[in-house]
Amino acid sequence: MAEPLDNYIDAVSKALALPVEEAWRPAVRANLEVSLRLGRMVDVFALPDETEPAPIFTA
Amino acid sequence: MTTKPEMTAAGIASAVAGGKMSALDATEAALARVKQHDGVLNSFTDVTADRARAKARAIDADIAAGKKVGPLAGVPFAVKNLFDVAGLPTRAGSKINRDLAPAKRDATLIERMEAAGAVLVGALNMGEYAYDFTGENVHDGPSRNPHDTTRMSGGSSGGSGSAVGGALVPIALGSDTNGSIRVPSSFCGIFGLKPTYGRLSRARSFPFVASLDHLGPFARSVTDLALAYDAMQGPDADDCACTTRGLEPTLPLLANRVSDLRIAIAGGHFQKNVFPEAVEAVSRVAKALGVTKVVDVPEAARARAAAYVITTTEGASLHLDRLRKRPNDFDPAVRDRLIAGAMVPASLVDRAQKFRHWYRAQLAEIFRSVDVLIAPATPCTAPKLGQVNFNLDGVELPVRANIGIHTQPISFIGLPVVAVPVPLEPLPIGVQIIAAPWREDIALRVAHVLEKMGVVSAPSPRGI
Repeated sequence: MAEPLDNYIDAVSKALALPVEEAWRPAVRANLEVSLRLGRMVDVFALPDETEPAPIFTA
Repeated sequence: MTTKPEMTAAGIASAVAGGKMSALDATEAALARVKQHDGVLNSFTDVTADRARAKARAIDADIAAGKKVGPLAGVPFAVKNLFDVAGLPTRAGSKINRDLAPAKRDATLIERMEAAGAVLVGALNMGEYAYDFTGENVHDGPSRNPHDTTRMSGGSSGGSGSAVGGALVPIALGSDTNGSIRVPSSFCGIFGLKPTYGRLSRARSFPFVASLDHLGPFARSVTDLALAYDAMQGPDADDCACTTRGLEPTLPLLANRVSDLRIAIAGGHFQKNVFPEAVEAVSRVAKALGVTKVVDVPEAARARAAAYVITTTEGASLHLDRLRKRPNDFDPAVRDRLIAGAMVPASLVDRAQKFRHWYRAQLAEIFRSVDVLIAPATPCTAPKLGQVNFNLDGVELPVRANIGIHTQPISFIGLPVVAVPVPLEPLPIGVQIIAAPWREDIALRVAHVLEKMGVVSAPSPRGI
């Protein structure tokens, strides 16, 4: 049975023309699960709409 | 005069400038030590012996001609192999980059070190593309811990930690995106400075995460760290993130008293997920400084999460084309993390960058009432090479991803940190001395007083 993220991995792999061989899939999936878990941790933190991103960081 | 293995950079420079030792002798001593011990440590990937001897002879000629020499005259140093070294391909720990044309010009920081009289003796092993906390490398083999060669040097500047910890060279340069100067400093028992983001030029070094990448020095003493740092400061139009601030030398300030500084222990996240040795190290430093105050750093765990998201996505973006064209030439562990990073939705990255803005403001508020925060550099002493998991606060967690849990929330907002080595037995461990932006001088002063008190020091290498 396919893991929940497998369809997503297939779709993004195709969209980005990024190869994901079957042998790599479990590790890619495990890493993506960690990244999404940590991303959700950031996502749930409420910020004012006016908050600016800091993509060019200034200390 | 002959060099002793653990002679400091300041000691070598003074002896060379004073005519008691030649720069060539200092260079030959370093090259001999590399030859003697690097078969075990595996810290060097390139030894630039001819270049080093030519540079050393030029310094000796200047001295013989009565010319003034720089503050690092005759001091051997080496650089993580993501720095451009003229004549070498900048491999950045990878197999793929070995196909690049040799660099035509040295990185800015190498030029500045050599302008101060230092002598480049080689390039150092590192984790592939700097996406690493272990110092292991599938292409070059692991750099090894100089106190126990069955253990990790720490990454990703593992060769830098191993070479300075093993006293092969008194100074090395490395990079720190999430902890890659502070982690090897901790595991190898040496001093490391991650300056404020934008302080030191990154020109002609191979990037990883542009908004998080810092370069900085490793050394066996605080004076040597300050000597190297001061020599490398200054604006550089070749790095768009490099500050336009003028030079702010720290060496003349090192001996200033610290009794006027407001120092606190970082609480919350920084007191969790630690082994007893990390608790002991922070306790020793705090006790020596008479510090009992604990300041909670709000949302530090979330800051670490945001740093992780930005790292994996920016890193994936950097390597996207290489992942398409040469996926089998990557370390599989690095490749699979980068592929996953390419798949993280952009909205989460934007959230992470917005959170970063918020978090920076919280820390700025803290630094209105304190000058220094103390925190562990790593949760543990050096793990065994190849170790996959460790038990942290009762939870089995992967080593590789969690070594940097205490460094990531600090570099995330670019704060300057000196990692100081607490010489515990059987292995040393580091503590972060964290200051407000642009106050490297304060972190170095605190490190210096701890060194004078004997609380922190670089132990002699026990494993070689």
